[in-house]
Amino acid sequence: MKPKLSAQELYIHRQKKRTVQIHIARSLILLLFLVLWEAAADLGIIDSFIFSSPSRVVRCFYDMLRTERLLFHIGITLFETLASFTLVLLFTLFITTCLWLNDRISKTLEPYLVVLNSLPKSALAPLLIVWLGGNYKTIIITGMSVAIFGSILSLYTAFTETDSEKIKLVKTLGGGRKDILLRVMLPGNIPSLLSIMKVNIGLCLVGVIIGEFIAAKVGLGYLIIYGSQVFKLDWVIMSILVLCIIAMGLYQCINQAEKRYLKKI
Amino acid sequence: MEPILECKNINYSYHSMTGETPALSDINFKLNKGEFLSVVGPSGCGKSTLLSLICGLIAPESGEIIYEGTNITESSRQRFGYMLQKDHLFEWRTIRRNILLGLEIQKKLSRETGAYADKLLETYGLSAFAQKRPSELSGGMRQRAALIRTLVLKPELLLLDEPFSALDYQTRLKVSDDIGTIIRQEKKTAILVTHDLSEAISMGDKVLVLSKHPGKIKTIVPISLDKNLSPLEKRNCDEFKTYFNLIWKEFESNEAET
Ligand SMILES: Nc1ncnc2c1ncn2[C@@H]1O[C@H](COP(=O)(O)OP(=O)(O)OP(=O)(O)O)[C@@H](O)[C@H]1O
Ligand SMILES: [Mg+2]
Repeated sequence: MKPKLSAQELYIHRQKKRTVQIHIARSLILLLFLVLWEAAADLGIIDSFIFSSPSRVVRCFYDMLRTERLLFHIGITLFETLASFTLVLLFTLFITTCLWLNDRISKTLEPYLVVLNSLPKSALAPLLIVWLGGNYKTIIITGMSVAIFGSILSLYTAFTETDSEKIKLVKTLGGGRKDILLRVMLPGNIPSLLSIMKVNIGLCLVGVIIGEFIAAKVGLGYLIIYGSQVFKLDWVIMSILVLCIIAMGLYQCINQAEKRYLKKI
Repeated sequence: MEPILECKNINYSYHSMTGETPALSDINFKLNKGEFLSVVGPSGCGKSTLLSLICGLIAPESGEIIYEGTNITESSRQRFGYMLQKDHLFEWRTIRRNILLGLEIQKKLSRETGAYADKLLETYGLSAFAQKRPSELSGGMRQRAALIRTLVLKPELLLLDEPFSALDYQTRLKVSDDIGTIIRQEKKTAILVTHDLSEAISMGDKVLVLSKHPGKIKTIVPISLDKNLSPLEKRNCDEFKTYFNLIWKEFESNEAET
């Protein structure tokens, strides 16, 4: 006979079942998509030369690992993305702190930041490349240019929305601006910073790919552009799929960090 | 005897683009060392503003605040313990680290001060919660933690803004009795803002009654109950009722005017 479950156990049981169901459904969608794609290509419903197919993508992946140093391309794109992400983070912290320390400067600069942020950043990329040359530093800067302005604006808003009473408390305890910054502003805004970082990692990847489109000789962005020019569409689609996996992986890293932090609190 | 704290003709208004809010007008009083002043007045009459002025967080528009013979400065703030109306415990710190915040800021964190903090946690029944986050505590516990955060700095002058308002009535009686006794034992000078007339009378050596809009001193009533009694015991004195009625009348006339 089954042992009787308490209400709490029943609740947990139901919740767990729900999560499992959602995971299964998600995997099924992916599987169905791949099967349909493969079948459509096999049966000639779509032209596999243009639309490729899962099996062609996998074959292409293995071939390119050997012949085209695919891992090197992936590594370069990953490195450029992480570098621009890290730099955006550091610059955001530094510039936002400066802005927060000087109210008048921040008010003065605000419209400029807003304009730079709403500008489509891909418009800047060609200019950057002419100015700075087609090397990996330029591509890192292109990646940064996409994320940094929004990042500063968001963190600055979070800073200004910090409870003024908390600042007052630090003052009553004899603290100055340094204490307010280190003991209220920064630790208190870590949740906002984490969600800003989640947005930034995606934007940096976008920026890096734009940069590689225009100026690079290596990287996934380069493979996509080159592949489309010589009509090796397997390359293009394979690279895009690799990009999907990278984007998801990077996002998940920060997501996990955020979860762990919130749990600790 | 030289007063330790003296407020001379203080005026203060809050300014914004939409207008001026006069908060305090012509405040004059003196406080001797070791004296306990209770401040009562209707909501919005400027009690919190008065404490902020004394603590030096805001500067009076006119008038002077003199502490031990000199004007209040930023550095005198370290000698005052200001307990704000709300606890403002930081969610990203444990209770113990919240309590050590002032010591960290003033760079006074050492083995002795840490041990003193633990002793206070013990005294106020929060030892078991030292490693918990503020959100895991009840309102009363949070307020006790905020009080410890103030006391652990061993301030010379205590400024308490409705420190017991989040406690239930019984705990409130007990905690205010404890704190009243501690402050008296350690011969600290203190200013207590409260809404509770009985609390004001039982804890204070003087009761300052403020009127509304802008806050003016209505009267200062010296309380001459036996100093050796604890706040709880004072509530049983015969004179207690007389004082209560006296201050209550001041309050009533206050309401009638506005
Ligand atoms: N930061 C501020 N800006 C503008 N006006 C303020 C500000 N703080 C307080 N005031 C106004 O000043 C007056 C006095 O405020 P204060 O907080 O000192 O009152 P209070 O006596 O402490 O009230 P309560 O008993 O409700 O805590 C009120 O009319 C309030 O509206
Ligand atoms: Mg108040």
